[in-house]
Amino acid sequence: MGTVVELRGARKRFGEIEAVRGVDLAIGAGELVALLGPNGAGKTTSISLMLGLRRPTAGEACLFGLDPEDRRARSRCGVMLQESGTTGVLTVSEIVDLFRAYYPAPLPTARAISLAGLDAKANARIGTLSGGERQRLYFALAVCGDPEAMFLDEPTVGMDVEARRGVLESIHALSAAGKTIVLTTHYLEEADQLAHRIVVIDRGVVIADATPREIKSRIPSKRINFKPDTPIGASTFSGLPVQGLEVADHRVHFLSNEPEAVLRALFERGVVMRDLEVTGADLEEAFLSLTRRP
Amino acid sequence: MTSQAVAPVLKMLLAQTRSELLMRWRVPAFSVTNLVLPIVFFTFFGLPVAHLRRGDGVSIGAYLLASFGAYAVGNVMVYGFGIGVANERGMKIDRLMRASPLPPLVFMLAKVLTALVFSLVALVLLIAFGIVVGGIHETPAVWATIITRLLAGSLPFIALGFAIGYWSGPNAAPALANLIYLPLSFASGLFVPLNQLPAFIQNLAPYLPSYHYAQLAWSALGAGRESLGESLLWLAAYTALFLTLAVRSYRREERAKFA
Repeated sequence: MGTVVELRGARKRFGEIEAVRGVDLAIGAGELVALLGPNGAGKTTSISLMLGLRRPTAGEACLFGLDPEDRRARSRCGVMLQESGTTGVLTVSEIVDLFRAYYPAPLPTARAISLAGLDAKANARIGTLSGGERQRLYFALAVCGDPEAMFLDEPTVGMDVEARRGVLESIHALSAAGKTIVLTTHYLEEADQLAHRIVVIDRGVVIADATPREIKSRIPSKRINFKPDTPIGASTFSGLPVQGLEVADHRVHFLSNEPEAVLRALFERGVVMRDLEVTGADLEEAFLSLTRRP
Repeated sequence: MTSQAVAPVLKMLLAQTRSELLMRWRVPAFSVTNLVLPIVFFTFFGLPVAHLRRGDGVSIGAYLLASFGAYAVGNVMVYGFGIGVANERGMKIDRLMRASPLPPLVFMLAKVLTALVFSLVALVLLIAFGIVVGGIHETPAVWATIITRLLAGSLPFIALGFAIGYWSGPNAAPALANLIYLPLSFASGLFVPLNQLPAFIQNLAPYLPSYHYAQLAWSALGAGRESLGESLLWLAAYTALFLTLAVRSYRREERAKFA
């Protein structure tokens, strides 16, 4: 099994802003990889580089060992993009049929529509679809060519819970059938449910590349907050396993995986607390604390 | 492994053209404007004088049918392409298309074919209206010549449509298309014969693309003012000009969106 997509030292600058600042990433056949990061981290730009929608300012992008703009490479990929539109006046099955014609060995139209959970809307005009249904249509367009690799940029955005579950199930099934899938999300939970491998991107660089289990072990699970009796500074926490520390005059917040050890140490350091609260950290918030370190 | 690495281009082109035709047909603002407007104009400007003949024996009805035929084809090209392309850019259809295996040239060729089909239908409807309602009679060979020449000579207007479509946004495109194409048609004598227009317009007309384009149809009736070669030369020059503008706008867009 070869490498499906590779970025080597890839950089992309838009005027003043460098959206991708040196990404090295190789994704092999059959992998299900989530690119995870907050909004504006460079996920979409990375996918655009992989697909040849953007040219790297420096470094290289390779798709199936070819230039990403090569039609032979594109014919092996299905793509779902953010911020792409389509005509409103064709029906769902008409446009799926059209996209099938772009690929050498496509799926039957009905099969692609059903993988996207749009059977009931097959004969509806695209203009009458809701936002979530439209997103499912883009999924159908990505899958209809029966491609070896699928690139899904924020695939479940705007979907209701049920639609989202349906699409996630389809992604699982396609992955089980051997497809390579690269998707972006800013939800850790979604990446965790789906992916074999999570690549965390923040401010244009890869800050973690590991299994979901390993990524989660690095993320603090508890949120602690209290009022100190006498003002304390950040130095009080030196050497302790805390993240996202905020020390204000009257309130201290932080996240940690080992709240007991941290609290014991703080007591030993003579900190007097009032209104102590230890709660389960919101997974997304905790994840953000990981990516948005000062 | 599949037996072929890419889909056959002809199959793509057919599917793409079929979809384009459906898309245009289902937008009344496009289909009605392109197919009915020339007939409406002909009813106002042409029908009242359709039975008259010029001093040289040329039927004024047939002359005006040829004029509005030229107007109709240019209309499909400038509006169909210009506004269509601008709208699709506004909806960001190009991004998804760009990531698909569909070659950009096939995407454009499908638009050209679609515009030619709409132009053909517009011409047939207009001429049929002139024959049935206006009682205008020419031999089938003359009508066939007019239709063939107008379709074959439409290249500069396809290029102008692309230039407008890639240069302006979805809101500006209709206004820009009107602002360019209506005065151009009027000043070339497509609505009112040239000899009835003010002298400065008569002097200006021989420099306009639509003037030379209409000559293709007028000369089929023996009412041309220049040789076929001369008309084609002018049209080729305008094609080169508009194509340069279109390619420039297209490249500018490419750089901004996909560089």
